[in-house]
Amino acid sequence: MLAYLARRLAASLLILLGISVVTFGLTFMIPADPVAMIAGRNSTAEVRAQIRHQLGLDRPLPAQYASYLGRLVQGDLGRSYARKSDVGPLIVSRLPPTLLLMLGAIVAELLIGLPAGIYAASRRGRTGDKVAMTLSFVSVSTPQFVLGLTLIYLFAYLLNWFPLGGYGSLSHLILPALTLGLAGGGWYSRMMRSSMIEVLRNDYIRTARAKGMPEWRVILGHGLRNAIVPIVAMVGLDVGIFMSGVVVVENVYGWPGIGQLMWQAIQSLDIPIIMGVTTVAACFIVLGNLVADLAAPLIDPRIRLR
Amino acid sequence: MSAEALLSVEGLTVGFNTEEGPVRVVEDVSFSVVAGETLGLVGESGCGKSVTAQTIMRLLPSPPARIDGGRIRFEGEDLVVLPEPRMRKVRGDRIGMVFQEPMTSLNPTQRIGRQIAEVLALHRGMNYTQAKESVIDALRKVGIGNAERRLDQYPHELSGGLRQRVMIAMAIVCRPKLLIADEPTTALDVTIQAQIMELLKALQRELGLAILLITHDLGMVAEMCRSLAVMYAGRIVETGPAATVFARPRHPYTAGLLSSSPRQARRGERLPSIPGLVPPPGKRSTGCSFADRCGRVTDRCRRELPPLASFGAGAAACWNPVP
Ligand SMILES: Nc1ncnc2c1ncn2[C@@H]1O[C@H](COP(=O)(O)OP(=O)(O)OP(=O)(O)O)[C@@H](O)[C@H]1O
Ligand code: SF4
Ligand SMILES: [Mg+2]
Repeated sequence: MLAYLARRLAASLLILLGISVVTFGLTFMIPADPVAMIAGRNSTAEVRAQIRHQLGLDRPLPAQYASYLGRLVQGDLGRSYARKSDVGPLIVSRLPPTLLLMLGAIVAELLIGLPAGIYAASRRGRTGDKVAMTLSFVSVSTPQFVLGLTLIYLFAYLLNWFPLGGYGSLSHLILPALTLGLAGGGWYSRMMRSSMIEVLRNDYIRTARAKGMPEWRVILGHGLRNAIVPIVAMVGLDVGIFMSGVVVVENVYGWPGIGQLMWQAIQSLDIPIIMGVTTVAACFIVLGNLVADLAAPLIDPRIRLR
Repeated sequence: MSAEALLSVEGLTVGFNTEEGPVRVVEDVSFSVVAGETLGLVGESGCGKSVTAQTIMRLLPSPPARIDGGRIRFEGEDLVVLPEPRMRKVRGDRIGMVFQEPMTSLNPTQRIGRQIAEVLALHRGMNYTQAKESVIDALRKVGIGNAERRLDQYPHELSGGLRQRVMIAMAIVCRPKLLIADEPTTALDVTIQAQIMELLKALQRELGLAILLITHDLGMVAEMCRSLAVMYAGRIVETGPAATVFARPRHPYTAGLLSSSPRQARRGERLPSIPGLVPPPGKRSTGCSFADRCGRVTDRCRRELPPLASFGAGAAACWNPVP
């Protein structure tokens, strides 16, 4: 178990290192000259050269990468061009709203997806199953901004149940979390359905029925725990999937998280912020995968970590 | 025999809805199990033994399975038409069942103590603490030593033989009147098979259990069963007291089975092979299903289905029974 953990951590670090190379490369792929942005359009060549030198952009690439990595390891994500402040603290201050939003979205997708999937599996091939799977298809294929605007229009504007946007209370969270999580709920309902149908074919399910157990208890007591393993593994991966949705949803709802920060940075081509958010997002994705793998044996004792 | 029958299956017919249309898998099957005695149900693989057993417990999911006719009388009730909530009170409490697949029949994510206790929770309303003593007792009854420690083990920590003992413990913990054992030892090696058979005999003596023993193994029938029913291609072709049938089989199929194994069939022997193939469900002719493999076949056999006719203490479904 410890050896496994060590190996997984080492692998995760390697992945993060690879990602740092990619984010570093990002700087050179974006068709904008940061120097021009800092110096302004009408600056002279000398001023530009001076800024270039200050930013270290005149040094050879490996040296630039080495110092970038060196700073990264110390937690220094650089300085924003546009905001004149350090990227690290900026991201840290924007992180709690985003984490809260993701947590809300995970709760939403599980609350929607798991019961829907279990229900569909128990009604397999009948009307209830078909209705649930149609809804799941609709929810998966609705673009998030359409869904977000629709929800705002219906529940915030027309019905006045929730605020139009912003941040601060549980009622602010509900619509954004639904918007971010609904598609995942649709996915989960499908996965849960097929996973449950698969599990219900097992001999031990027949044993449970032979004990005289009502079908709903067979499903929840003997089916669920086994059917849910692949789903739990997905929850960790969600953090990665949410990263792009967060940018859309936070902007639709004016949610002050890193998605909004990212959006603004992209518009002003504030590369250090883009790189910083990408790096932080990558860390979360890698961490999410790790958590997903470590959680599996807690649920199913046959899965041994090796 | 039928007077004191605990379970009597009458004309049971079971089919499946498949993609190629409905198929009959079990046809007009009748037999009975006397309280406290063992009936052996033998037949080649695929002849419908498990389908019959699981139909008695109404465990086959429907659809695709369908009971097309017949009755299953058990303690004054007809299980074919018993409403599901009442059927649940029969399963696990009044009829226990042990399956062919010990390796996969236990829930891998639950400790075995809990899995056995669950039966008591369902039928006796006991929580785990209350049930624990009975569970330990049941584990001892099935010969599992160190029962307290075993309670907290997971199935994957146990051998196949132990798992089957756990399954038996689970089946008897509510002290049912009837145990259906569907090839309980097929998946186990020979020494373990013998132990499990001894165990079933001991439990029968101790608890007055009636057993429906499904098996491939004629030796096992000779040793365990008072009476015997031979199944072929979804039908019962011969039935009667085991001693009578072994001494003088009337159906050519039974005779074939016995002639290739010595009269004193030994334990561990599988059904000897008779040349030819069993017609698959759906491909059975209107006449006798055994006709293609039978040495005594006549024209009538292919045209008309032989009914089960009495011969002394037993009965056989054959137009030209072995003299
Ligand atoms: N769900 C199903 N759909 C269609 N046919 C089925 C289904 N389940 C079983 N059958 C058919 O029913 C027949 C009898 O199967 P069954 O499992 O009862 O045989 P068995 O006598 O128990 O054999 P074995 O000794 O191998 O356990 C087989 O031919 C099988 O193909
Ligand atoms: S009925 Fe005819 S074919 Fe069938 S077992 Fe008897 S003799 Fe053979
Ligand atoms: Mg079988």
